[in-house]
Parts: sequence; C-alpha cells; structure tokens
Amino acid sequence: MLKVWKKVIATGNVTKPWEKSVPPERSRGEVVVEQNAACKGCNICVNVCPTKAIKLYDGSPMINQKACVFCGLCVESCQDGCLKQTSNYKLATLGGSLADNTGSELNNKIRRVLGRSLHIRHVDIGSCNGCDFEMNHVCNPVYDIQQYGIDFVASPRHADLLMVTGPVTRNSTQALLMTYEATPTPKLVMALGACACSGDQIFGESYAIRGAVDAFVPVDIYVPGCPLRPQAIIHGLMLALDRM
Amino acid sequence: MQVIKAVLKEKGKLEFPSITPKISGAAWYEREIYDMYGLKPVGHPDLRSLALHENLPQGIFPLRKDFNNKTPVPTAKKEFPMAGVEGEGVFQVPVGPIHAGIIEPGHFIFSQAGEDIIRLDAKLFFLHRGIEKAIEGAPIERAFYQVERISGICTVAHSLSYCQAIENLAGVTLPPRAQYLRALVGEMERLYNHVGDIGNLCAGMGFAVGIMAGARLKEDIMRVNESLTGHRFLRGMVVPGGVRLDINDQLSAEIRSMLDKLIPDFNEMIELFRGNDAFLNRVETTGIVPRQVALDLGVVGVGARASGVDVDIRRDFPYGCYSALKFDVPVYTSGDCAARLWVRVDEVAQTVNLIRQILAKMPQGPLKVAIPAIKPYSSGFGWCESPQGNNIHWLMVGENNTVYRLYARAAAYPNWPALTVAAPGNIIPDFPLINKSYELSYACVDR
Repeated sequence: MLKVWKKVIATGNVTKPWEKSVPPERSRGEVVVEQNAACKGCNICVNVCPTKAIKLYDGSPMINQKACVFCGLCVESCQDGCLKQTSNYKLATLGGSLADNTGSELNNKIRRVLGRSLHIRHVDIGSCNGCDFEMNHVCNPVYDIQQYGIDFVASPRHADLLMVTGPVTRNSTQALLMTYEATPTPKLVMALGACACSGDQIFGESYAIRGAVDAFVPVDIYVPGCPLRPQAIIHGLMLALDRM
Repeated sequence: MQVIKAVLKEKGKLEFPSITPKISGAAWYEREIYDMYGLKPVGHPDLRSLALHENLPQGIFPLRKDFNNKTPVPTAKKEFPMAGVEGEGVFQVPVGPIHAGIIEPGHFIFSQAGEDIIRLDAKLFFLHRGIEKAIEGAPIERAFYQVERISGICTVAHSLSYCQAIENLAGVTLPPRAQYLRALVGEMERLYNHVGDIGNLCAGMGFAVGIMAGARLKEDIMRVNESLTGHRFLRGMVVPGGVRLDINDQLSAEIRSMLDKLIPDFNEMIELFRGNDAFLNRVETTGIVPRQVALDLGVVGVGARASGVDVDIRRDFPYGCYSALKFDVPVYTSGDCAARLWVRVDEVAQTVNLIRQILAKMPQGPLKVAIPAIKPYSSGFGWCESPQGNNIHWLMVGENNTVYRLYARAAAYPNWPALTVAAPGNIIPDFPLINKSYELSYACVDR
C-alpha cells in the first residue's frame, strides 16, 4: 500500500487543459482546398479517395468532411497543389435541435438541463474499435474528461448522451434502437468517427451495413475523424454544451 | 505449413466431411464456411450460425459469387439459439451486447450454479461489416484502406498481413529500410497495446492506480505514434510495396527518449502488482486454460504462451527483417490470468529491446517498390504476429490486380473459444478479469 501511495505522489498531476497540446508536425487532420486553387478538373483526387469523399463542384474539389479518413492520398496525388492537409481536428458540427441558433425553447432546455453535468453511454454498433479506444483515452489522467463535469455511465437509463461509434451494422441495429428507447429525454446523440457520420462510405456497400447513425436515430453532434483524436471528442462536447 | 483443401464435385452435394471431430480448433471456421457459403461440414457437432444473426433470411450466402452486395436483403426474424445449462437451481445471466464499460459489443449467456459459472456461450459478430465481400472487385491497393480499418488496435497487423500476401503473390522483395520501418511500427503497436492492456487488466478488479498508470503510459506512446506516422493508431505507414513515410534522426531520438522514460516508470507500475497480495490473489489461478486445451483449440499469441505453448510467428515463420533481430519468446505454464499478465510484461521488455535494435540497425535505401501485375486467380498467404497473436490473411487476386477473395483471420478468432473454457469454474465477477487478460478484439473477429 505504501508503494502505491509513493507512486501516486511521485507521479503528481499530469492533467493538461485539452486544447493545450498541439498535434505534431506529421499529424493528419482536415484536408482543405487552397484558396486560389488552379484545379484543372482532372478528377485524380476523386478517383484516388478510398472513401469517395471528394466531388468536383463548380470546377474545384469539395471534400465531405464526414467521410474523410485523413489518409492524405488526394493531397499526394494532386498535380496542381489544390489540396493541403492540416492538423486541424476541430471538425465537429451540430445537427438537430442543437443546430437551431434561434434560441428555441428546446435548445435552451437541453443546455440548461445538460450543460453543466453530462452523463454519457457508449454504443458501439460497428466500429473498428479505434474510436472506442480514443473514447477510453479521454478518461485517462492526461485528458481527464471528468474535470469538465462529463462522465461515462454504465446504463442508458442514467445517460444524457449516447456516443455512437461505427456504421449501423445489420447485427447491431436492434441494440442501437433499444438503447435509444431506453435513454430518458431530453437526450442527445453524438455520432463519433467517419463510419458513424457517413455510413457505408468507409467500407463500401455491404449486406452487413445499413447506413449512417442519423438514418436510424436523430443525431445532434457529428464528430468526424478516423479515428478521431481524444481532443476532437472533447471539442465536440464543448461545442454541443456551448462551452467553447 | 500444411494446407487442407476440400474439393467439391461440380454437380455434387454442397457438403464436405467436417474435420472438427478430429481437430476441435476447426469448429468456428467450419461454422463460418456454412454461414457464408452454405457448404455443409458433415459431422460437425454444432452447426449453429456464427457470423450471421437471426436477421438474415434463410438461404442467403453472402460470400458466394452469385450474391450481389447491391441486392437489398430483407430483415428476417429467425431464432438464434444460445447454449445453456438447465436444471434445478441453475439460472442464466444474459449480458450485452451493450456493456457497462467502454468496450465492444458481444452477447454472453452465463449458466450459473450459485456464484459459479458452469457454462459460457458467446454471440459475437455484432460488428460484422462484411468487409471481405465489400472489397471484392476493388483494386488491391485501394482495398488496402478498408483492410487497414478492420480493427483499430491491430491496424499494423492487418496491414502487414495483407501487404505481405500481395508481395508474396507479386514475388517482390522489399527494400531493407522498408522492412525495418515496418518492423518498427509493428513493435510500436505491440508496445502500446501491451502497456495499455496491462493497465486495463486492473479495470477488471477496480485497481484504479494501475488503470491510470497504464492509461498514462499508453498516452505517451500514442503521442510518439502520431509524431512518427501522423496517426495515433499508426495508420498510413505500411502500404502495399513498402512504407509511405521515412524517419529522421529527430524522430529516432524522440522514440528513444520515450523508451528511456517509459521503462523505469513501467517497472515501477509492475512492482505495484508483484508485491501486492490483494492483486495476486485475484489474478493467480483465475481463468485457467490448460496446455492441452490451448493446443486443441489452436490458441495463439499471448494466450498460447501463457499456457505453455511456445509459438511466435516472428520466430517460427520469420517475415520482413525479423530473422536479423534478436529476441526471446517468453513462455509461462500456469495458463491463468497471472501468466497472461507476466507474458505481456516480459514482452514489453523484449519489444523495447527490439525497437532499440531496429533503430540502431536501420539501413539506408528506398522505401517502396512498385507492385507488378499479379497472375489472375493466384492465391497466397501473408502473416505477422499482432499484439494478440498471429494474424493471417489469405488473398486471391482477380483480373487487373483486383481483390477476388480475401480471408482475414485475426489472432482473436482462434482465441475466443478458449474464453469459454477459461470462464467455467470461476465466479461472474472474475469474468471481466479473464476477458481483459486475453484482451481480444471484437472488431478483428467480426470483420
């Protein structure tokens, strides 16, 4: 027991504010289209993208951030330097009633009820476990999500928010719907990672995949990434709770 | 290596003699063949569905070539029988697929006599995405990005097996620097998994200091992973024909200094376990898998080495640069949770040593070779040792270097059945511990 205390005291406090650590140089985040891109419409980036996340629109590439896995193949293959990979991970977007900025009653109520203390239930319905492990990592002492009044709970009955990872697989559909039903209102749903946000775009059409999470339950927060960084998860939560 | 093939007559019955009565380890493979192709293993003792659940209509065999992935498949409501024990005083505890922690989905039925588990049956494949079917027809170099995403924590393992299958078929040899860089990321994957899994084992018994120490050390490794490859799970490094990124002196120094810091810290964490009776009391003699069971079921990796089976595919069938590297394969014989823990602890030391050797011996040269046209319908294997055990891919290439068929067998696949042997005789609260001592990936198995 003495050894345990000694180790705890010697380790000290390792928790850092979540925005503090900067992604390293090679970190692959958001792919952006350069402002004065001289796109010749060669379609190379469209064809090289493994998840079909790029489309040419009005003479320049458009990237569907929800389906992008940040592999960087498009950037490597573009002859004209139209695309650039950044390390930006703050890509969360709001949907449903949270996206309603007109100060609606529901929006206010959600933030009033859940804003300061939020309990989360994880629902894995087809993920590769990358997003799940990153979710584990936000609970580690470095990110320590509990310091923000946010915690994971064992049952949907105790949860305010469902964090859903993976495309909705045929075998998990029932589990997702039943978990959603079991969660008391007001409730939020967060789609975590490229699979949950975009459905079958990551693995392609399959008898075993039914689609994105928002085809089955209403989604309030989309956080893309493959998998997303722990910081991206925290960013999504802060955005949803209006604490940015 | 021996390959057993069953040949079916062109207009004969769609069945073949089951080898499961002679080789127990074949049970799951044959059940999956029956599910996916409708080929019946005659004489199999347990032909329940494995991968396909009650929602798929009868008579649909997804991996047959006449099944089109674009065909809408209605939802059926069949029965999915689970194995249990019935009798006076015996009750059943269903658990999952949504669990209490942040883990992957699986449905378990515990048959209980009081506190003691007398039988465990598992329903897996909730994460079944049909990846092997979805990539059929795609160019092999594009399909790689789906294969890389079979599992997060086994990213490098799946990438390596798949790429090596391609390279074996194409008959290309990788430049030495590419081989060393691949070994480097392979060992980094083993390192972060083992350190994280050792910490996570403590979550099976509520030992918070251990959980947090493991999580903290794992985070340090994950950050170096990102410096090295731009990705915390090491995606985007290994590609067919070589590697995508090089390392420089600054990155080597970053890895070395991480290791120098990690080792004393990690050893201190392990000391908290070694002298701790409350801890040892939980892990020792819990979840025993005897050596004969491990052999019969074909258990691999940490699970096998903890039950006295001396296997490691890096040494037994060397790939890449492993024949030029020195390492020991730790083997323990007690087959319990403690043995699996100590195997991981010893392997962390071996892996750190391997990473140092790789960095010291890193040869110069190119990073990639081009993959030439592969003879259509030729097939071959690729393999590697993932953190959980050997990971094997079988690939048949179609016309113009496309995927005709792929079979991805992760290490967790042969290890799952061992869990149903390890659990009976223990109490339910010990199950999370037994489960975490194997730390099997569900996504790897379900595909």
